[in-house]
Amino acid sequence: METLFGKTLQELVVIVKEAGLPSFTSKQIADWLYKHHISEIDEMTNISKKGRDYLKSKFVIGLANPVNVQASIDGTKKYLFKSGDHRFIEAAYIPDDDRATLCVSSQVGCKMGCLFCMTGKQGFQGQLTVNEILNQIRSLPEFHQLTNVVYMGMGEPFDNLESVLKSTEILSSDWGYGWSPKRITVSTIGIIPAMREFLNKSSCHLAVSMHSPFEDERRKLMPIENVYHISDVLSLLKEYDWTGQRRVSFEYILFKGVNDTPKHINELARILNGFKCRVNLIRFHSIPNSPLEPSDEETIQFFKTRLNSKGVLTTIRASRGQDIYAACGLLSTKELVKRQEED
Amino acid sequence: MSNKPLFEVRILRHERINEQVRLLWLPKLSSFKAGQMVSISIAPDSSQRLYSICSGEKDSDIAILYDIKRDGFLTPKLDELLAGNSLWVSAPFGSFTDFVKGSWFLASGTGIAPFYSLFRTNPEFVGKLVHGGRDESSFYFMNELTETLGENYIRCSSRGIVKDTFHGRVTEWLQGAQLADAATKYYLCGSAEMVVDTRDVLISRGVDYDKIISEIYF
Ligand SMILES: Cc1cc2nc3c(=O)[nH]c(=O)nc-3n(C[C@H](O)[C@H](O)[C@H](O)COP(=O)(O)OP(=O)(O)OC[C@H]3O[C@@H](n4cnc5c(N)ncnc54)[C@H](O)[C@@H]3O)c2cc1C
Ligand code: SF4
Repeated sequence: METLFGKTLQELVVIVKEAGLPSFTSKQIADWLYKHHISEIDEMTNISKKGRDYLKSKFVIGLANPVNVQASIDGTKKYLFKSGDHRFIEAAYIPDDDRATLCVSSQVGCKMGCLFCMTGKQGFQGQLTVNEILNQIRSLPEFHQLTNVVYMGMGEPFDNLESVLKSTEILSSDWGYGWSPKRITVSTIGIIPAMREFLNKSSCHLAVSMHSPFEDERRKLMPIENVYHISDVLSLLKEYDWTGQRRVSFEYILFKGVNDTPKHINELARILNGFKCRVNLIRFHSIPNSPLEPSDEETIQFFKTRLNSKGVLTTIRASRGQDIYAACGLLSTKELVKRQEED
Repeated sequence: MSNKPLFEVRILRHERINEQVRLLWLPKLSSFKAGQMVSISIAPDSSQRLYSICSGEKDSDIAILYDIKRDGFLTPKLDELLAGNSLWVSAPFGSFTDFVKGSWFLASGTGIAPFYSLFRTNPEFVGKLVHGGRDESSFYFMNELTETLGENYIRCSSRGIVKDTFHGRVTEWLQGAQLADAATKYYLCGSAEMVVDTRDVLISRGVDYDKIISEIYF
């Protein structure tokens, strides 16, 4: 049956009209779904019995608890949710002083095939619906502690743009969760057309996975470079105003001897010169059979210091949950294999 | 997914290759390099999709080889179009180009397109082409490629036994193949699954990742 949770106000208006209910009912349903956090249609007590019966004949609310969780000694938790019968997605809960961030998935698997990514190795198994994206947030036991959401889990959010945009709309609308869009960051490897649409339609922050400023090197790490060049991604970003509250950052995983040299520092400084952004350096957590290795700590610190001294705001992302398969895609791959073996 | 500036053209020819695959011929708007793609739409403001060019650089027209996804948005509509109908197409773009002589070219399904373009442009080009498909009907340009490449054209059929064809996937063929020297480049093209699995096999067999260049039909 279709799920109500995950419907935008516009979609609820259509449902209410079809049900022959008063038009204000759509706003009431949105309140029940996104402000009162109900799990049964019968809890919508200000909607007539007839109206609820109609809704129950066509819809369920559609919340689903995680099927598994792994907790790290540092407080990070990795939740596993089901998508369909045999597919799994991951959401990572990362508490940190006064912040609590949830990293959500947007697809089951991924089509982009980045060399360093475990999710990429799963191949593509399906798109997540708006319901499945938001359920990772709503059905999280720590839901009420959340301060931020990042779309950096499994999948390329801009390869599932429609659902991602609807989910951020529900999160940030007054009729939805009413979050500030500044609490939401969507990450992409740089699918330019979808990125443009996102920038025009949403005010959420953007994170772009760069990993190398050099085209020939980047395309060996990320096949997308053959289609959409990082230089064109940058040109597009520079068309937008980043001087306000909205932020753009560049994710940069450091691979030993590959993209961690002074040549890379100089090129990054050159292409980002004068552009208001941040570079987030990320330590690589090796995945099985990967030809890539993590850079050593000294190199990472040097990279950060030099980029900062060249005027590029650079931070190092804290590694979290390393003891619980922190690399995205590992847990769900393990579960997928286990279930396949059981069948 | 793409939103490049588009130009209206009239379809020149529309050929049925097999049950699921078509070759669509369009006027050539500008020159291109083998391996490049175009973005295509059925209307100027409709959703665009990307297609590798599947004709030679010197051919007077360009072709795309497409697989009909029955529940997809564009390809079922493309399938209904006839010669003379309008279509909106971008200028060629992309940098899965400048293939190095002596390389290996590994493709599945319509992922053969950029490599067919290469060998059609330059039949003298030295390289090994490995094409994976389901059955005999999947080896779209078999006669021409056999003539051009001889023993360097290898077909892998995942279903059914086909004459002079390896029975199994490209990855299975690769497992048993004698790989070239360490300097050889490997160009991969096709679905994410095929590209990722093939890349994994190559790396597990000692090929440096730096020698592997991929185009994924996402
Ligand atoms: C660089 C590049 C080059 C390409 N070159 C070629 C080429 O030469 N030949 C070729 O045939 N293709 C090529 N493609 C693929 C092509 O661009 C299209 O993706 C393909 O033709 C399908 O388009 P469509 O609109 O028919 O299907 P789409 O509507 O895009 O759907 C594609 C598939 O996804 C499924 N799908 C759609 N929506 C959902 C959903 N919400 N959840 C789960 N599944 C869903 C559909 O059922 C379908 O099977 C290329 C892609 C890229 C990126
Ligand atoms: S890094 Fe992101 S885009 Fe690349 S394969 Fe992994 S999930 Fe997909």
